[in-house]
Amino acid sequence: MSLHEAPALLRLVDQVRDAAARRSPLDIRGGGTKAFYGETPRGEPFDAASLAGIVCYEPSELVVTARAGTPLDELESVLAARGQCLAFEPPRFAPGGTVGGMVAAGLSGPSRAAVGSLRDFVMGASLLNGRGELLHFGGQVMKNVAGYDVSRVLAGSWGVLGVLCEVSLKVLPVATAAETLEFDRDEAGALAEFASWRSQPLPLRALAWHRGRLVVRLAGAAAAVGSACATLGGIAVAPDDARDFWQALRDQRHVFFRPTPAELSTGLALWRLSLPATAPPIDLPGEQMIEWGGALRWWRTAAPASAVRAAASGMGGHATLVRAAAKPDGAFARPGAALMRIHLGLKRAFDPEGVFNPGRLYAEF
Amino acid sequence: MSAQVQENPRSPADREQRRAQVVAALARVIPADAILSEQTAPYECDGLTAYRAPPLVVVLPQTESEVAGVLATCHALGVPIVARGAGTGLSGGAMPHRMGVSLALARFDKILRLDPAAGTAVVQCGVRNLAISEAAARYGLYYAPDPSSQIACTIGGNVAENSGGVHCLKYGLTLHNVLRVRGFTASGDAVEFGSEALDAPGLDLLPLVVGSEGMLAVTLEVSVKLTPKPQLARCIMASFADIEAAGAAVANIIARGLIPAGLELMDKPMTAVAEDYVHAGYDLEAAAILLCESDGTPEEVEEEIHRMTQVLAESGATRIEVSRDEAQRLRFWSGRKNAFPASGGISPDYMCMDSTIPRRCLAEMLRAIEVMSGKHGLRCVNVFHAGDGNLHPLILFDANDPDQMRRCEAFGAEILEMSVRLGGTVTGEHGVGVEKLNSMCVQFSPEEREAFFAVKRAFDPDGILNPDKVIPTLQRCAEYGKMHVHHGELKFAELPRF
Repeated sequence: MSLHEAPALLRLVDQVRDAAARRSPLDIRGGGTKAFYGETPRGEPFDAASLAGIVCYEPSELVVTARAGTPLDELESVLAARGQCLAFEPPRFAPGGTVGGMVAAGLSGPSRAAVGSLRDFVMGASLLNGRGELLHFGGQVMKNVAGYDVSRVLAGSWGVLGVLCEVSLKVLPVATAAETLEFDRDEAGALAEFASWRSQPLPLRALAWHRGRLVVRLAGAAAAVGSACATLGGIAVAPDDARDFWQALRDQRHVFFRPTPAELSTGLALWRLSLPATAPPIDLPGEQMIEWGGALRWWRTAAPASAVRAAASGMGGHATLVRAAAKPDGAFARPGAALMRIHLGLKRAFDPEGVFNPGRLYAEF
Repeated sequence: MSAQVQENPRSPADREQRRAQVVAALARVIPADAILSEQTAPYECDGLTAYRAPPLVVVLPQTESEVAGVLATCHALGVPIVARGAGTGLSGGAMPHRMGVSLALARFDKILRLDPAAGTAVVQCGVRNLAISEAAARYGLYYAPDPSSQIACTIGGNVAENSGGVHCLKYGLTLHNVLRVRGFTASGDAVEFGSEALDAPGLDLLPLVVGSEGMLAVTLEVSVKLTPKPQLARCIMASFADIEAAGAAVANIIARGLIPAGLELMDKPMTAVAEDYVHAGYDLEAAAILLCESDGTPEEVEEEIHRMTQVLAESGATRIEVSRDEAQRLRFWSGRKNAFPASGGISPDYMCMDSTIPRRCLAEMLRAIEVMSGKHGLRCVNVFHAGDGNLHPLILFDANDPDQMRRCEAFGAEILEMSVRLGGTVTGEHGVGVEKLNSMCVQFSPEEREAFFAVKRAFDPDGILNPDKVIPTLQRCAEYGKMHVHHGELKFAELPRF
């Protein structure tokens, strides 16, 4: 059944029109696995998970189209059965996450620096706007420059522009071969290795560092992975251990990412610093985990928010407060005034009554 | 082809008066020798020469503060601005506005920084695409997107069009290889989209700006991602006795988990034209020729070429040849890369279409084009970026014959409409510009087009930047009289049509 005839969609349209008429905020929910991330949602719970199911999957087209409420687990197992995957490795913080929630959060996992971000894999999307109109942007083809690329702006929009109903994603074959190597390196040594490897034609898929241990995942054709292992040296990690390590990073199940309530109550927080990969080591109190070859630096620190944000912006990046007892200064870094005006204009364009996820991203909208 | 943008109704005397007013105002922010109000003929069109308009004024600023001054001046006077780089675009996106200023940015041609450790380069908007790769070559790096005009086209233009090339399937489009765009809004505010980190705060506006055809912001500086140059590339040339088998071979390659660096198809008429032009030794008996390339380390290429050859043979290729050395690989590509000039050699004019379709629909599409060719009485040759579904039918015609011109436009529109019906798009990489405004009425509903106008207003509330391009008005679509089709369904059947 086509999307605009789906009974679940018609129900959502009615709810949106009703909320818009009353200017009553809606808190759009899929699986609820990312409620902790960003600002606290407010508004009536709005269950967007009822629109579910894989609509079209053509392995030879390298594209899958799924309704937003499709469980992420289901999508990934359907792809795996055909030897394909979501190459950007979206984090699954807990079981039950949905495709819509994944796109709205826009988060990518350990392979992001090598393969691109979730946004890069979005090919098209259907959106319910604040007038209850169903709009289609992009499509199911990789090359498409007709009109503005609105579908990719939805990646990481945290639902503030509308209700994501359906999305088409580029998928890729699972690499024929993969190998994980580890090296003893201090932080500066690891950053130097990352920089030197980055400019070589190596099949790098993920680069991480934690507590004096540099870990690299190679993936690609068997011959390329084999010769890269010989070039790089290091110690090979057993396949099961390697899989556990990367999954714990991807889903942030590693103990590093999960401060206990007791730890949080002491003022400790988990920060995500997105920086140019070549930024030098950062001097903050606490413990660090590096991903994306240096472009992503996680900190467990009790440093004041202003110090963490200043450290990130001083190096041309920005910081997000991911887990904390409270987020009095906001979770997300803010764009400058000219960009904020554009944000407000886009919000008015898609959600004139301001019903979708107000305050989820920034207090202004 | 006649220019389709509506002429401003002002009289010539009014236009001259306006020109004098604009020139006087611009002279306060930019040197007199950087303002052209006469002899602007070279700026009247871009690569789509059939669509022309004389600009009111051309400015050639040299500094960012001059650009900011031009923007502020035009904003205050309500003068449209059309930015342009090398003018190689193929959809009239840089065609001037008769009452507007053409902002020529070719003088911003410096590579500002090249950082091999970061794998990035920071370049001004007027730097040529190929110049980036040439500068990065000494570090073993290159800039991956390679539109066929890469010798001449600028990175600013690539950002405007989200340009592709023959290696998109593996290496992505401009969007996937650009980290950050810095420039000005229409009102002259400095803005930066994206970041040299891998993400930036707030909504990700970079995908809106990349591919916006100069309608949302003026790009002055771009940070691009550089890619390590593959050590080796080899190409397979495979012949097929029918189009269906060639289409199936493409699907089989991808279904086996192979991602070729390039995967291109030429139909029989195109192959004949290309062979005549470059003498590459193409198989003239084949219904279609497939070029399939692998790149990477020597071991990787050997492994891939072996697997690709196997799949092509199983898919019924009638002849398979693998390039032995670089000279032979380049010869395989020579005909494909010269497809457009070769077509220009056998016909007074050609119109290049640029739709994208799902790969699986290739044979159906080519058969339909054959039928359309008979119906409209015009020849058509086809090249196809098989890896990403982007089809370039070249319709051969004589623009001096008004009837051929009309038939050509009808033929082209029919191809685009069929592409939309098959679930594709009217433009894969050349942009909408002025050329495909009507086809946008078929691809997008009135509500979707209104959303595009609203996006435009969020960036440029006064509609100063490149007005009247890309998004057709409701009135224009009503005049065009074609209904919006989505995946073969008529949407919003309850809405009145006029």
